[in-house]
Amino acid sequence: MINIEPVAAPGAPLARRNPVAKVAAALVFSFTLLATLDPVAPAIAIAIELAVLPLFGIGYRVLARRALPLLLSAAGILVTLVLFAADRSGRVLLDVGPVLVSTGVLLTALGLVLRVFAVALPGVIVFATTDPTDLADALIQNAKAPARFAIGALAAFRLVPLLGQEWQMISMARRARGVDAGRNPVAKLRLFASTAFALLVGAIRRGTRLAVAMDARGFDAGTPRTVARRQRFTRADTLLITGAVVLAGAALTTSVLLGTFRPLIG
Amino acid sequence: MNSTTDTSRWRTIDIVVASVIAVAFGVIFWAWGLVWSATEGAFAFFPPAQTLLYGVWLMPAVIGGLVIRKPGAALYCETVAAVLSALLGSQWAGTVIPQGIVQGIGAELAFAAFRYRSFRLPTAMLAGALTGLSAALFDFFVWNVDYALADYRIPYALLTIVSATVIAGAGGWLLTRALANTGVLDRFPVAQDRALI
Amino acid sequence: MGEVSLRGFGWRHAGRRAWAVRGVDLRVEAGERVLLLGPSGAGKSTLLSALAGLLPEDSGEQEGVVEIDGLDPRKGRERVGIVFQDPETQLVMARCGDDVAFGLENRGVPTDEIWPRVDEALHRVGFPYPRDRNTAALSGGEQQRLALASALALRPELLLLDEPTANLDPAGADLVRQAVAGALDADTTLILVEHRVAEALPLVDRVVVLEPGGGVRADGTPEAVFAAHGAALAAEGVWVPGHPITPRPATAAPGDLLLTADRLGLPPRLGSTDLAVRAGEALAVRGPNGAGKSTLALLLGGLLRPGTGRVTASAELAGADHRTPPHRWRAPALARRIGSVFQDPEHQFVTSTVFDELALGPRRTGQPEAAVKETVAGLLERLRLARLAAANPYTLSGGEARRLSVATALATAPRLLICDEPTFGQDRRTWQELVDLFADLRDAGHGVVAVTHDADFVAALADRTVTLHRAGDGDR
Ligand SMILES: Nc1ncnc2c1ncn2[C@@H]1O[C@H](COP(=O)(O)OP(=O)(O)OP(=O)(O)O)[C@@H](O)[C@H]1O
Ligand SMILES: Nc1ncnc2c1ncn2[C@@H]1O[C@H](COP(=O)(O)OP(=O)(O)OP(=O)(O)O)[C@@H](O)[C@H]1O
Ligand SMILES: [Mg+2]
Ligand SMILES: [Mg+2]
Repeated sequence: MINIEPVAAPGAPLARRNPVAKVAAALVFSFTLLATLDPVAPAIAIAIELAVLPLFGIGYRVLARRALPLLLSAAGILVTLVLFAADRSGRVLLDVGPVLVSTGVLLTALGLVLRVFAVALPGVIVFATTDPTDLADALIQNAKAPARFAIGALAAFRLVPLLGQEWQMISMARRARGVDAGRNPVAKLRLFASTAFALLVGAIRRGTRLAVAMDARGFDAGTPRTVARRQRFTRADTLLITGAVVLAGAALTTSVLLGTFRPLIG
Repeated sequence: MNSTTDTSRWRTIDIVVASVIAVAFGVIFWAWGLVWSATEGAFAFFPPAQTLLYGVWLMPAVIGGLVIRKPGAALYCETVAAVLSALLGSQWAGTVIPQGIVQGIGAELAFAAFRYRSFRLPTAMLAGALTGLSAALFDFFVWNVDYALADYRIPYALLTIVSATVIAGAGGWLLTRALANTGVLDRFPVAQDRALI
Repeated sequence: MGEVSLRGFGWRHAGRRAWAVRGVDLRVEAGERVLLLGPSGAGKSTLLSALAGLLPEDSGEQEGVVEIDGLDPRKGRERVGIVFQDPETQLVMARCGDDVAFGLENRGVPTDEIWPRVDEALHRVGFPYPRDRNTAALSGGEQQRLALASALALRPELLLLDEPTANLDPAGADLVRQAVAGALDADTTLILVEHRVAEALPLVDRVVVLEPGGGVRADGTPEAVFAAHGAALAAEGVWVPGHPITPRPATAAPGDLLLTADRLGLPPRLGSTDLAVRAGEALAVRGPNGAGKSTLALLLGGLLRPGTGRVTASAELAGADHRTPPHRWRAPALARRIGSVFQDPEHQFVTSTVFDELALGPRRTGQPEAAVKETVAGLLERLRLARLAAANPYTLSGGEARRLSVATALATAPRLLICDEPTFGQDRRTWQELVDLFADLRDAGHGVVAVTHDADFVAALADRTVTLHRAGDGDR
């Protein structure tokens, strides 16, 4: 089942930080790392990410489960690189048809795989510890996001698990009426498409009704809105963002000093 | 109730339905994994299939623009879709957000070029092509730098644009028309072109 | 304040030729408690939406005038609180407390007043959970109460309730009615739509009956209205108290075994349950909200895979297929043998017109087109849906949608029919027709399983009753 609730212990010191600060820190950290293609800087970054994990209240096992899809993309990178690497220097280890594995290729692959992990993990960590409601509140109060849009999006997010259930309901309704695909893959694809379409129609219908319900409770009536829950942006939040900048910078600097730095452009 | 003559202001229903379109695509992707869990792994090793999925992922931008018909709709839909996939724990997590914004801007430019007055098939295909282009540029410079230029990076970028034009552009246009025919979009301008029963 | 005034009011939904309501002249003074009655499809829900200012200009055509305290309701929304027929569609936030606070934030209530008002509203409706409870984890009855709290927190001058107790177990319905009674201030105007008149009467001091063609049929104190028009209203479909219904007990002893459930369960939704259904028998399944009745219905209907135990079909029902459990049958075979009516009718709709909806099952089970047309025409006539044949199923009124969903399951003439709350939201006339329809099926040798909270329905039709208990409420 789809779940958008946070998985972290809510009391952990960094999990408690302002959601806007957390997202900003993750983005800054990730994007600084995008600047290089070498394996050293991302390796340092991953070490940092794993070290701060307990401060976010996430267990290593939970992170591993959330990051599982990353392994799949790592495998994808490896295969694509073996076939299409730009730099095929170094000692050749294997050469069969289009497949050419050299030490240079392996080094590049290592760099790219580490880079994917290093860049993605901050986001995984932050979103695993952030409740959508708090994020919307903070976006409105601390990032000056337009309230109507943030709340409209939030109301739609609430439908995610419901739409997951709806998918099952639609499938059952079809079966009850004699519609199924059996083992035929083409029929299966057609049934998938028509179920997806029904889900989309149902979602939009829910959306229109939800909009009516929101209007019924005075949403967008022109009165200035107040907030039930204050989100504060404190010194600790500024520190979190600064910390992210400093640590990402440190990873890059180390890589430059070691002479491994390979800038993305140039 | 805001007046229907003020065409650029978003009504509540515009905001919620735009968000819901983005969210529903997130759920459809999730269901795709559920239905095809056996074949899912294969996609990682089969680049053309990946770009096919890419076109689908760009659909919210085009559909959002076509349904809502207001400035910012395409950008908003694609951004919300990106935030959702980050929240659901997509493998790209935080980085999908800027990526979504970049992709949304592509489609937004196409609708803006027609001053939000034309929503016909060619406009939709242009919107698809431009989202594809912005997506391709992002990938070209951010993710694919280490791959061979002629053998991989350029074909990948071209495939992305073609897939976006066909699937997100033309496909999005057809899907919007099919949605209008079901009657759920009756409170939107798309459905006003529809014959009443 | 909270005065309602309607003069020659009418509304026609976009895309419809017929008016949903028309020619309504009505004044309701501040502090009055009104019960709004009328047969299914008479336009009650539409009228409430109009009063709440929720019929946007672009969604239909209006006639005449509707005013709250002399204002267009679209401009005076802060005076009105509404609870819709379907509570699930009106929850906005993920946490219960936030959902109540949402309206207060929109009204600009100062931050430090919000939470005390939220707590007060939740307390008034007897909401049992803390504020941070997830709204998706509530049962239907709890959602209903939360929606009521959200409306009450705004301290509306006019409170509109549309069938607030449909789908609730009797105890839950009592609680909601008590909550409404306790939550009204002396000067709050109440307009309540409810088919089951007897249960609503303690809450109201005036009854207004809508005429389906247009206008107001009767208006006055309950005693006066029912004394003057009782028999005529009952014949037209209003549940007038003191007009008994015709029971339909079985005319013959039950026949062969059709379906058996052995220690059937799906934790945590349903604990182990034993059950047998025979041909020519109507079996009622009852139990409180959340006991697992709907889950049981889906399991028996071959739509869910059992978690524990098993469902076995007899050779009488399944022929050579009786060795495989129903959830493994191919769909067309399943539809021919077991028909399912879902609790939420909208979950069941697959096509975009009422006609296609009815034709789908017969077509999939391989009936020739002429026979399909005949079956569909017969069902449309019998359940009074003929004028809606071209309408989209999702635009039907609550009662019409329910009738359509029952009709779709009947269309393939399955040997066994499993219905989840088949009679909720029905006026008296349609209710009696549904009872007759099920009774005729049973007497023709079909098996009927009905999940229901409706005690009248059980009394009129059921030959046997199985009661489920909520897990943790003692033995099953
Ligand atoms: N959104 C809509 N679009 C088109 N027609 C509609 C829509 N909603 C309701 N109608 C039609 O308007 C008529 C009145 O519907 P309404 O829901 O007001 O009835 P009701 O009195 O509340 O009935 P019930 O007791 O069954 O709930 C019905 O014939 C229905 O089909
Ligand atoms: N799809 C689902 N996934 C998980 N839990 C569910 C699901 N559907 C229902 N439940 C839970 O299982 C329990 C039984 O639900 P079910 O709908 O079968 O109850 P019910 O007896 O039909 O109640 P009601 O009278 O309110 O219709 C409830 O506690 C419910 O919250
Ligand atoms: Mg109604
Ligand atoms: Mg149920």
